Amino acid sequence: MNAVSTKPAAAPAVVSRPLLAALPQPSRLVPVIAQVVPPLVVLALLGLTWEYLASGPGATLPPPSKVWVDARDLIVDPFFDRGGLDKGLFWHLLASLQRVALGFSLSAVVGVALGLLIGTSPFAMRGLDPIFQVLRTVPPLAWLPLSLAAFREAQPSAIFVIFITAIWPVIINTAVGVLNVPQDYRNVAAVIRLRGPKFFWKIVLPAAAPYIFTGLKIGIGLSWLAIIAAEMLIGGVGIGFFIWDAWNSSNLSDIIVALTYVGLVGFMLDKCVALAGRIATRGTQAS
Amino acid sequence: MPPFLDITKLSIAFPKSPLPVLRDVDLKIERGEYIAVIGHSGCGKSTLLNVVAGLLPATAGGVLLEGREISGPGPDRAVVFQNHSLLPWLTCYENIQLAVDQTLSREMNRKQRHEWVLENLALVHMTAAKDKRPNEISGGMKQRIGIARALAMKPKVLLLDEPFGALDALTRAHLQDQVMEIHARLKTTVIMITHDVDEAVLLSDRIVMLTNGPNATVGEVLDVAIERPRDRLKLAADPRFLSARTAVLEFLHSRHANPALKAA
Repeated sequence: MNAVSTKPAAAPAVVSRPLLAALPQPSRLVPVIAQVVPPLVVLALLGLTWEYLASGPGATLPPPSKVWVDARDLIVDPFFDRGGLDKGLFWHLLASLQRVALGFSLSAVVGVALGLLIGTSPFAMRGLDPIFQVLRTVPPLAWLPLSLAAFREAQPSAIFVIFITAIWPVIINTAVGVLNVPQDYRNVAAVIRLRGPKFFWKIVLPAAAPYIFTGLKIGIGLSWLAIIAAEMLIGGVGIGFFIWDAWNSSNLSDIIVALTYVGLVGFMLDKCVALAGRIATRGTQAS
Repeated sequence: MPPFLDITKLSIAFPKSPLPVLRDVDLKIERGEYIAVIGHSGCGKSTLLNVVAGLLPATAGGVLLEGREISGPGPDRAVVFQNHSLLPWLTCYENIQLAVDQTLSREMNRKQRHEWVLENLALVHMTAAKDKRPNEISGGMKQRIGIARALAMKPKVLLLDEPFGALDALTRAHLQDQVMEIHARLKTTVIMITHDVDEAVLLSDRIVMLTNGPNATVGEVLDVAIERPRDRLKLAADPRFLSARTAVLEFLHSRHANPALKAA
């Protein structure tokens, strides 16, 4: 009797249990491993190849084992500071990053402003575009002598080189973004009589934002390329001069460690701008 | 008394094209009327709507709304675009709010405008999705927000440019019912561009049939004398519905068959 009366109440539980069991719990670890393992394997293989190639008697470059022995304090402690130029890599990178931050911020502000101008005014477009197209092909370092002559100091010259390197992709991409504001959005703005600065802030800027961030992403990459080269020439604290200095004192291991850091920082800069772009333009792409 | 919306001898030509897209279009529309404009693709339906909206200039002739000539776009002739044209970086609420803030800021204060936006969201049954962005909702929902945005401007004329063209049949039927309900409630004057015969007969008071373009003009105007509210199920077998439908089909496929198909 009891069995009969409890059956209906128990039935749903009985039905739901095998269902849950039938679905295997997806592991969170598997996709992570799938992402992390291949690069680690490739890295290990490359390291072994390098070790093999650089261990021979006629090798000109140090193998990884020698890099580790030579540059151990540089790798383990990036924060030491023994005064002068004898600092950990962190301080060199910080000095370079500060220059990039200043130069890149300037080029972002001026570049977006100029891009918006030539995107909205046909006169500015016709007048400025040919000049920009010529100037943007000038290699970054070619600007350095001229800026040294103009500023008569290393620091502002380096910042100017960053600025002039990063500004072209920002200008051009911003202008293209403004020119590509879809006609649909312009029609909407026309119907609700959105004009002048309001049209600009509410429609043009958000619609062009994905393009602007593409320009900024290219710009930050170029800045990082330019600062290393510029610092080799201007000297002082900075990762570029660190590499040049190491070459002059034949510390090849130090150069290899510095190059690794340069690559990692460049990668991080790129990701930071991409992330800022994703946050600022959420929803704008793909609708 | 002059008609509410008066299209007189309207011709539209684009530069570089020898023939005008539309020529000598004459159409008088009364307040509260629901007009459907139907024709094959390329006959200039959307062009006609864009001229009424003020987005395109007329080459000859003109459009008078309440006796005043239309010279540019404005919120008194709100448009629901075929591809919804919501701003993807704004939420549904903000899309409507932008239009309301822009067009009704003189007659309403901030709080009233906020309530007006919510009221229009409720009108199209989209209150629950008000904080979603357009790419997070379905095509039918986007079009409902587009309709709410247009209605929120308190337009004298609502212009619908193939508003349900990109939707599946079930969603389309659902939205057609909602538009009928809104039209019954607000008595808005509506001009709807469509290429769907059933939609034209079901929704409109008059169907304006355009001949083939270029050089298209009004071929025929059909009165749909079916009382409202209309029910799509009951109408499916109604002889008046069927004869109106036949008349439009006959115009489109016999007397003015699609030129593209004829060529093929």
